[in-house]
Amino acid sequence: MLAALLLVMTVLNIIIGSVPIPLAEVFGLAAGNGTDATAQTILWQIRLPRTIAAVVLGGALALSGYLLQTFFHNPIAGPFVLGISSGAKLTVALLLVLVANQVTNISSVAMIAAAFAGALLAMGFVLIMARVVDKMSMLIVGGVMIGYICSAVTDIVVTFASDADIVNLHNWSKGSFSGITWENVRVMSVLVFATTAVIFLISKPISAYQLGEAYAQNMGVNLKLLRMLLVFLSSMLAACITAFAGPVSFVGIAVPHLVKQLFGTAKPLFMIPACFLGGSVFCLLCDLLARTAFAPTEMSISTVTAVFGAPIVIIILFRKQRA
Amino acid sequence: MADYYVSTQNLSVGYHKKTVLENITIGVNRGEILTLIGPNGAGKSTILKSLAGQLRLLAGTVYIDREALSLIDKNALSQKLAVVFTQRLRTELMTCRDVVATGRYPYTGRFGILSAKDWCKVEEAMALIQITAFADEDFTKISDGQRQRVMLARAICQEPDIILLDEPTSHLDMKHKLEFLQLLQNMAREKKLSVIMSLHELDLAKKVSDKIMCVGTHSVERFGTPQEIFEEHYIRTLFGVTTGSFDERTCGMELEAPKGKPEVFVLAGAASGQDTFRSLQRKGIAFATGILFENDMDYPVAKALAAETVSVGALEHIGQERLRRAQELAASCKRIICCRSSFAPWEPENRVLYEGLKAYQSSLFT
Repeated sequence: MLAALLLVMTVLNIIIGSVPIPLAEVFGLAAGNGTDATAQTILWQIRLPRTIAAVVLGGALALSGYLLQTFFHNPIAGPFVLGISSGAKLTVALLLVLVANQVTNISSVAMIAAAFAGALLAMGFVLIMARVVDKMSMLIVGGVMIGYICSAVTDIVVTFASDADIVNLHNWSKGSFSGITWENVRVMSVLVFATTAVIFLISKPISAYQLGEAYAQNMGVNLKLLRMLLVFLSSMLAACITAFAGPVSFVGIAVPHLVKQLFGTAKPLFMIPACFLGGSVFCLLCDLLARTAFAPTEMSISTVTAVFGAPIVIIILFRKQRA
Repeated sequence: MADYYVSTQNLSVGYHKKTVLENITIGVNRGEILTLIGPNGAGKSTILKSLAGQLRLLAGTVYIDREALSLIDKNALSQKLAVVFTQRLRTELMTCRDVVATGRYPYTGRFGILSAKDWCKVEEAMALIQITAFADEDFTKISDGQRQRVMLARAICQEPDIILLDEPTSHLDMKHKLEFLQLLQNMAREKKLSVIMSLHELDLAKKVSDKIMCVGTHSVERFGTPQEIFEEHYIRTLFGVTTGSFDERTCGMELEAPKGKPEVFVLAGAASGQDTFRSLQRKGIAFATGILFENDMDYPVAKALAAETVSVGALEHIGQERLRRAQELAASCKRIICCRSSFAPWEPENRVLYEGLKAYQSSLFT
């Protein structure tokens, strides 16, 4: 079902835009006998990479949220609310501003490496906090604060950046799937799919971990190793997203929750692929709206995801209170 | 120690290098039940967690089947040892059946998918604990008692040789308490399962345990059979009881005895006086009683509640001296309550006491 939805959304994302490209023409262009050069450029250089990015990064985002929720046993954890995205954003901004003067083109790998470092750093802070406070709400408040601090520092960095950098930075730091190149797509796909494969392979220990540490240990799970893996894998995913699309809010919380409710199960073996597909669909939809709702002005992706995602978080909190 | 299935040698347990208990040496055979008793916060759970390999041992070694715990492969250990702890199992959208099924985890492959045989074991375990009726309900929506039984079913379908339970009966009603412990006993007997658990119900602990370990506030005080442990006055010391009393023979607890000089004399015996004793205690009236044989059911209650009890050993004659003491006590009291009017041939002194009291204050006879 999710796969079918994904297909439909992908097609919609490709054909809809300020220059509509009918489906028939898409096939024609894909077959290599297109006549319209503009349409060809739009399809190959803009729409297709952007759509693939939304699929890959959306999936990664949802999965990263799912892992963090599992790790912290907290249904509203996610890379954005815990400040991990903002941490990654900060290091990427630093890289862009400091290095952009010397090097004109920063490679995708360098961006991800910077983002990964930032994500781990923020994660480190969150982990320290989680040790001190064992309350779900406090952890989130702490995460949001870390996010704000990182954003503030990012803003300071941006203030001192040269004008040329700012335009780019500004768009990116609010979150957007625009300006994705094929090189970006290649790098992110390899990383995200590799990470997802690893996550899928550890779905069994994850299912044990969900029951609580004490029981997981009795079930023969190597807790230390698993915890480390969860931290690294979720940071890796968050880093990929932030490096290319900036911080994207709420997808990480909303999608795992929606998928769980929709299918009435929380088994990792099922949740891992389902979250990925769900995240892809969600991001495709949000990106489509971001591009088209107020065309030709484009909204940031976070604006759209927040509109859909934030109410879901509120619903989760209400349910928790009543339970 | 090497002959025991589970044993420890000079074990020290605690958290983050802070020692809670030291020098713990225990030995449990296959098919035996070991119960940990002791006051709250003494470290019973700490010991259980250490035995489960969840806490780093501060010193000493735990041996399971002659192998050191730390050297046993984690997955192999999970097929040998199951736990039912007070910590709540976190579940999301899981039915009770799903929860029981997690017990099969150590037996599944890379993706944790259960085979038909595994599901069979799950159903068997649920039938054994009689939880099949609510197998499809959400684990978070059932009662605490039901949850505890689901957790036992989960542990059972893990097919362990050793099962560790931390206060497993705390949320159960008396019917399920009895069934729960009966089940553990059956499994210990039939499947040669070694059971190590903590219990707060001393009466049940005394009955179900082959061995008992007394975990005091500062150290493991005793380890032995129930007969060795339930020695007169010991439980009181172990728990630091200052209010009320505990009788080690009957495991009966009584509230505090009324203070002061006895105002009422109760002629009791042959289990006729307990209700009167307790009703006087509730009203806060101090009383004296006699003449009781020490194997009488009234005796432990009288000993706990009466200001003075005139008593005699089970196989002895009462004798004139005790009769005199009882008469003196009765004379000093403002009221007399007689709980019985028939007497056995071996207690002529009680009949004499009765006749005397009747003449002395006939209006008070009830």
